[in-house]
Amino acid sequence: MIPPLQDLYRVAPELILCLFGMLIMLVDPFVAEDRKRSMGWLGFAGTVVALISLRWAAENQGPAYSGLIRMDAFSLFVHGIVIGVAALAILGSFEYLDQENLQHAEYYALILFATAGMGILASATELITAFVGLEMSSISTYILAGFRRNALKSNESSLKYFLLGSFATAFFLYGIALVYGATRSTRYEVVSHAIAGPQGAGMLLILGLGLIFVGLGFKVVAAPFQIYTPDVYEGAPTPVTAILACGPKAAAFAVMLRIFYSAFGGASHIWFWAIWISAVLTMCIGNFAALVQSNVKRLLAYSSIAHAGYILVAFVAATEIGIAAVLFYLAAYAAMTLGAFLIVAHVGGTGERRLDITDYAGLGAKQPWVAACFSLFLFSLLGLPATAGFLGKFYAFQAALDQRLIWLVVIAAINSVIGAYYYLKVVVAMYFWEPNQEWSPAPMKAPMFAVLALTAIATLYLGIWPNTVMQWATNSALSLH
Amino acid sequence: MGNASYILSVLTFFPLLGMFALLLLKGDDHIWIRRLALVTSVVEFLLSLFLLRAFDSGAVGYQLQEYYDWIPGLHIHYHMGVDGISLFLIILTTFLTPLAVLCSWNSIHEHVKEFFAMLLVLEMGMVGVFCALDLFLFFLFWEVMLIPMYFLIGIWGHGRKIYAALKFILYTMLGSILMLVAILWLYRLSGATGNPTFDLPVIQQMLGQITLPWSTELLLFLAFFLAFAIKVPLFPLHTWLPDAHTEAPTAGSVILAGVLLKMGTYGMLRFCLPLFPRVSHQLAPEIATLAIIGIVYAALVAMVQTDLKRLVAYTSVSHLGFVVLGIFVFNPTAMEGAIYQMLNHGVSTGMLFLVCGMLYDRRHTYEMKEFGGLAKSMPVLCGFFLFACLSSLALPMLNGFIGEFMILIGAFDKHPAWAAWAATGAILSAVYLLWAYQQVALEKITVEKNNSLPDASPRERVILIAGSLVILFMGIFSPMFTHRMDATTNALLDQVSRGESAEAHTNRVAPASGHANIQKQSKHELAMRSVTLERRAQP
Repeated sequence: MIPPLQDLYRVAPELILCLFGMLIMLVDPFVAEDRKRSMGWLGFAGTVVALISLRWAAENQGPAYSGLIRMDAFSLFVHGIVIGVAALAILGSFEYLDQENLQHAEYYALILFATAGMGILASATELITAFVGLEMSSISTYILAGFRRNALKSNESSLKYFLLGSFATAFFLYGIALVYGATRSTRYEVVSHAIAGPQGAGMLLILGLGLIFVGLGFKVVAAPFQIYTPDVYEGAPTPVTAILACGPKAAAFAVMLRIFYSAFGGASHIWFWAIWISAVLTMCIGNFAALVQSNVKRLLAYSSIAHAGYILVAFVAATEIGIAAVLFYLAAYAAMTLGAFLIVAHVGGTGERRLDITDYAGLGAKQPWVAACFSLFLFSLLGLPATAGFLGKFYAFQAALDQRLIWLVVIAAINSVIGAYYYLKVVVAMYFWEPNQEWSPAPMKAPMFAVLALTAIATLYLGIWPNTVMQWATNSALSLH
Repeated sequence: MGNASYILSVLTFFPLLGMFALLLLKGDDHIWIRRLALVTSVVEFLLSLFLLRAFDSGAVGYQLQEYYDWIPGLHIHYHMGVDGISLFLIILTTFLTPLAVLCSWNSIHEHVKEFFAMLLVLEMGMVGVFCALDLFLFFLFWEVMLIPMYFLIGIWGHGRKIYAALKFILYTMLGSILMLVAILWLYRLSGATGNPTFDLPVIQQMLGQITLPWSTELLLFLAFFLAFAIKVPLFPLHTWLPDAHTEAPTAGSVILAGVLLKMGTYGMLRFCLPLFPRVSHQLAPEIATLAIIGIVYAALVAMVQTDLKRLVAYTSVSHLGFVVLGIFVFNPTAMEGAIYQMLNHGVSTGMLFLVCGMLYDRRHTYEMKEFGGLAKSMPVLCGFFLFACLSSLALPMLNGFIGEFMILIGAFDKHPAWAAWAATGAILSAVYLLWAYQQVALEKITVEKNNSLPDASPRERVILIAGSLVILFMGIFSPMFTHRMDATTNALLDQVSRGESAEAHTNRVAPASGHANIQKQSKHELAMRSVTLERRAQP
């Protein structure tokens, strides 16, 4: 049976991403070994077409496939983030894959498949569909994390990610089973009706929600499920780390928002404290552990934990402003983190040997533009006004304060000052330390330069003229109900 | 609110324009980089003088306002305006920046373009802080300004510059992040009336109509006050200052002492007092005590310094203590004195740092025992040094006197003991400054190199003469300044008096007449200054 055309429009981005992914795999054997980069351009084209297809999807909003999926403003927003991240990460990978001698077509195909999975996560309105999306994105990223086959760390990263990730998805699946047992359905609306009904949220449902939180907490790196993050992020090829930090996180937050608000919104008094505590733990663990890091990649991994905590602060405020703040933060975070990790990839050089903070000494003199961009991203991560990161935090804090979560906000605010110390440490190295004369990073190639320019502009744009994106985020939040 | 005027936006963003023009120049074209930076900052200064003409000294409230929607989703507006408090602080900023550019002319050799670019960004931030009337906008300028200062200290400073830079920025951020939470809380409170906003005048009006629970008001006040007290710096929070000042390049120290510290006291006047009058009154004795401890303690510490620049740095803590004292005695004389003293301190201490920088350019040290007898080899420079010292120790006829005197008079009305203790600081300032001068300029030349040091160059003379003229001018024609502050100070005190009713103990003098008296008095008593101070020291 052929589904109606309307349904196809509503999954158009995923279809296109998968088609391009398969096309890459098919064409790959016919491409000469030294021209594999063209596969990357094909992958990039795929993401661009998928981005354009969001227009059709936007004109045909609504549920598809008898209500398994729903294309709405919320889904569109998250699609924009994850596909944008994939596009920029592909561009930023060219240089890296060349220097590591890893220029293979599978890399690009896997990115596209992973992105399609994230897209499904964002649109799913039913738990099994969400599970399929989760697995699709997870399995692709497990492979990507181990893409540097000859590097021990990359193998470690892949194995850890795979084993722990499998556990997490198993928890998720178990949670689904319990929810199904309690409500005889896996649809969000049915679950939400069940909670609103006379039975309320029974023990089984709460337990199911808890297990789902374990599974998704792993993906969004919320404490106490964040343990794997530094090792996995450090070992994975840096452009893959960039994707891991931005894409799956955004998608997992999206599905978490849908499940917690749309399905379990009636039980918010039950999950409120769980998320509250998790937010505090996530921020503190991320920031305190980052203080003592001297490996910049690892430092950014911990910082990514801390930022998950800030997002959870907005999450706790179970309001429309809170949802909008989460979404805006995800967009802001994607722009600055992608840029920061790609610079780490650039400076890291062959074999990722230049990851230590001492390798950044005097970067300001050696490559002023790279250092300036990196400073901008770091200042944005730190939360300096006029950057995306500040407005993200501002919005999140405002949403939380609106719900009188004053202590949570104070803890978050103090955390962001602790964060300032380690971000500034890198800036100190780049500008205040004497340059290391015997070595300097390779000159930057055009694709990478374009990515950095775009992310830097996005970081400033979101910090100074956030109106458009903020409007989208608000509309998305409204569409969730 | 009218949008008739663009002058504040122009003033704020003109340095940014200059900065971009600077970035277009080639990095090794040092001469044109310096010239462009100088031209930008001088034009900015001249532009700021238009403010004086446009400003209506009789009017109460903010003038030259600009009001636009900026981020409607968060109810953030672009709202600028000046009043009698910020007017002269803006001019002080634009006056000191060209001096900072000039004094860096030959002493900065590395990354010249970046240095002047940072200086101009800093100027933008400073002017922006004084103009912003939207809390979000204010916070934006307040934080953005830290970054150029951080780089100025960290890259072009001396000694333990990295430590000093980090200490400076972390200290300040810790204070301001809690202020951010307080700002968001105010926003939430303003939402209770149906129209949430970050607009300062609106919030001020709203807080005037409702009474907050005591604990809320206290926490909000403390969140704001902590940020400002760190910046000032008030006594136990001052430890970042000696490091930052000493290790910063000369231009950085001038700006830091001249303008950045004033943002703390400006913030108290602009936010703490009018928004939370009740708590301000209640905590005034504690704050005044801290200020007085700061005055005396910093003066004593300054006396034992062997490093000239560190000594000058400690004088800032002492003098800013006077300003805080003047603010928290709630009396028009003292308050105007405090505002005036903010300007005075900017010019006098700025000049002291400039002299320090000139000495450093010649000898690459600040150690006073390395100097001695410099008046022989450099009579002109040492003459100006003496002049700056005298201005800083508040010699009658010079600017510092008026401010300190007004503060002491006002404090005496409120609490004679406060004035007495504070006055010891004024005496001590004479001790350490003249002592320093003696060690540097008088006595015998002990180090051979000091015999052949060149005297002030024409460029340095321009700097020193400009500073000295302003000092003299402010010392003699103080009413020209104070009468522009009258309307604002009285309005502010009227507003603060809301909180006074909560406090039984008040003895505020009648605003207008008290002020006029002081103006007359200060002229008559110029010569009797030391006598007066001593008499007041023993009540």
